[in-house]
Amino acid sequence: MMVIGLVIVLSMVLMTLLGPWFAPYDPTAVNVSPPPNPSPPSADFPLGTNLLGQDMLSRVLHGGSVMLQVALLSVLFCFIIGVPIGLLASYAGGLIDKIFNIVMDSFYAFPGLVLAIAVAAMMGRGVVNMALSIAVVYVPSYFRIVRSQVLTIKELPYTEAARATGAKGRTVLLRYILPNVVPSIVVVATVNFADAILTAAGLTFVGLGVGIDVPDWGWDLTQGRQLLPSGSWWVITFPGFMIALLALGFTLIGEGLSELLNPRLEQ
Amino acid sequence: MGLRSYIVARILLMIPMIFLLLSIVFLIIRVMPGDPVSLHFERRASEEAMAELRHELGMDKPLYVQYFEYLAGLLRGDMGKSMAPGRHSISQEIFSAFPATLELALFSMVIAVGIGILLGVGASRSYNSIQDYVVRVFGTVIYAIPVFFLGMILLLIFSVNLHWFPAGGRTKPLMEPGGLTVYLSKPAGGFLLHFLQSFPVGLAFLVVCFIALKRKHVKFWPRGLMFSLLAFFAGWGVYAMVAWHFMSAGVLHISTGLYTIDSVFEGNIVKLVEAARYLFLPSLTLGLMLSGVFIRLTRSNMLETLRLDFVTAARARGLKEGAVVYGYALRNAFLPILTMMGLQFAMLLGGAILTETTFSWPGLGRYLVDRINFRDYTAIQGAVVLFGILVAIVNLVVDILYAYLDPRIRF
Repeated sequence: MMVIGLVIVLSMVLMTLLGPWFAPYDPTAVNVSPPPNPSPPSADFPLGTNLLGQDMLSRVLHGGSVMLQVALLSVLFCFIIGVPIGLLASYAGGLIDKIFNIVMDSFYAFPGLVLAIAVAAMMGRGVVNMALSIAVVYVPSYFRIVRSQVLTIKELPYTEAARATGAKGRTVLLRYILPNVVPSIVVVATVNFADAILTAAGLTFVGLGVGIDVPDWGWDLTQGRQLLPSGSWWVITFPGFMIALLALGFTLIGEGLSELLNPRLEQ
Repeated sequence: MGLRSYIVARILLMIPMIFLLLSIVFLIIRVMPGDPVSLHFERRASEEAMAELRHELGMDKPLYVQYFEYLAGLLRGDMGKSMAPGRHSISQEIFSAFPATLELALFSMVIAVGIGILLGVGASRSYNSIQDYVVRVFGTVIYAIPVFFLGMILLLIFSVNLHWFPAGGRTKPLMEPGGLTVYLSKPAGGFLLHFLQSFPVGLAFLVVCFIALKRKHVKFWPRGLMFSLLAFFAGWGVYAMVAWHFMSAGVLHISTGLYTIDSVFEGNIVKLVEAARYLFLPSLTLGLMLSGVFIRLTRSNMLETLRLDFVTAARARGLKEGAVVYGYALRNAFLPILTMMGLQFAMLLGGAILTETTFSWPGLGRYLVDRINFRDYTAIQGAVVLFGILVAIVNLVVDILYAYLDPRIRF
């Protein structure tokens, strides 16, 4: 499972990195194919063209970079925000922990996409803004997993021993607790990659995407919705398939990792 | 802790939660950098026009005043005015869009749980077989497909190419069911006669009360008598008054806003078929998206349950395999499925936004997306608040239901 996922994700990354060299046309150039557009796949345009006369193959080859950037950045933001808050709050315990817990719980009450929509609507377009609005949705899950881990590890004999030898709170937290929390965060992060990609695609679909001047699978899919009644299947099929494949790859890696790290779950 | 005190505690815990939820939305839309009014005009309007809109929406007041007005408005069920010309009441627009989303959500939840149980049970009955493997792959793959992509594919196949189902909307024009309408006339004898004629209703209430008291083992004297007399007279009086109210109005109208149910009320099969045809693809899309989770959950729970002793015992008594699986094991695996239905409700609403946009389904999600395209921030705020509150309420109901079904949870 994990190997398949890794193969999928790595080949997608490779495709995005090398794609620009293979792309036959400029993905944002309009009317590279003579009208009528959209035209079905042909020898010149193997994946057809869209309404603007852009070559779909070039757009598919370029389009992954937005998705990958957004997903990577949002997971990074989640790490930067969620992990320190989780560590500090749960290590401090008491009132601070309770307050953070309640606040994170109420973030959890929103449907993820709705919260992302609210933030993205206020922040405007752009890869970083999109990543931030997705990060807002998933920070609570990082907080939760870190918190539950810290609460267990805090009581284990070896941390107690560290404290007994006079280690400071910071040392205990960073050198004794954090390394043992990392594996579970990694699992959450890989699963979140898939969710982040799907949320990013959803945000683009409701009109809060990166913009029209960047090739993006999500945007192509959104445009394809208007072309459906004419039966232009090629405009949606290829970008949609790529998004699904990328999300599937990350899901498989996440599942494989969690099985690897928690062998008991398999039974 | 008894069930009742658990319910009370759970409801009390909701209050700070909802309060925080509302504050988060306010924080995002009003406090975070970016002024809704200038964003609305994309900085293309004059300062005066923006100031006017700000004044009209009460956004020229200090933030803390706006915050309290926002909370006070919500307590009255008022979400303010939309930024669109005409300044419609957001609460009313949301209220009229809500039944469509409810209908979609209900049917897709039924489809998701149906597919989940069917495939999950099927997979668990033959562990590690090809059948099991296929179902597991299906569950993983269906989760990774963006729901609107799935919707578009179904649309392309079944609507554009095969013409089996319509491409979008809720029903054909002029086919909206009106619900149940009963025409009533006042009885000739006036209210007094009507009141006397209502006597059997009071008796019915008395009988119901008697049965309830008997089951609770309440002694007849004096509490039982008191309760039954109260039920008798109150039931009689309230019924007579309510019925009289409708008789005076001359018409009784019952409509749920769910087209499938309303057309059943109306007794119009053509409208029912039409509504179901429009509902089918959207709810199948959303149901398929959610089914992945239920498939996995059912499968793993059934695998565990089928290994337990009572299942072996049932088999040993010679029960048919179907009866063992569905009658014994599934019942015990059902509690986690119920919890999952609550947990997945948030995901369902998120998916509903995308599905409604794909199928032009005129619900809350479509409304939200529509308002995003108009940069109508007050309406976006209203819709987001409603989504949050809906999820909170559903979670509350599921928690209570769970506590009712599983007494261990209360301790």
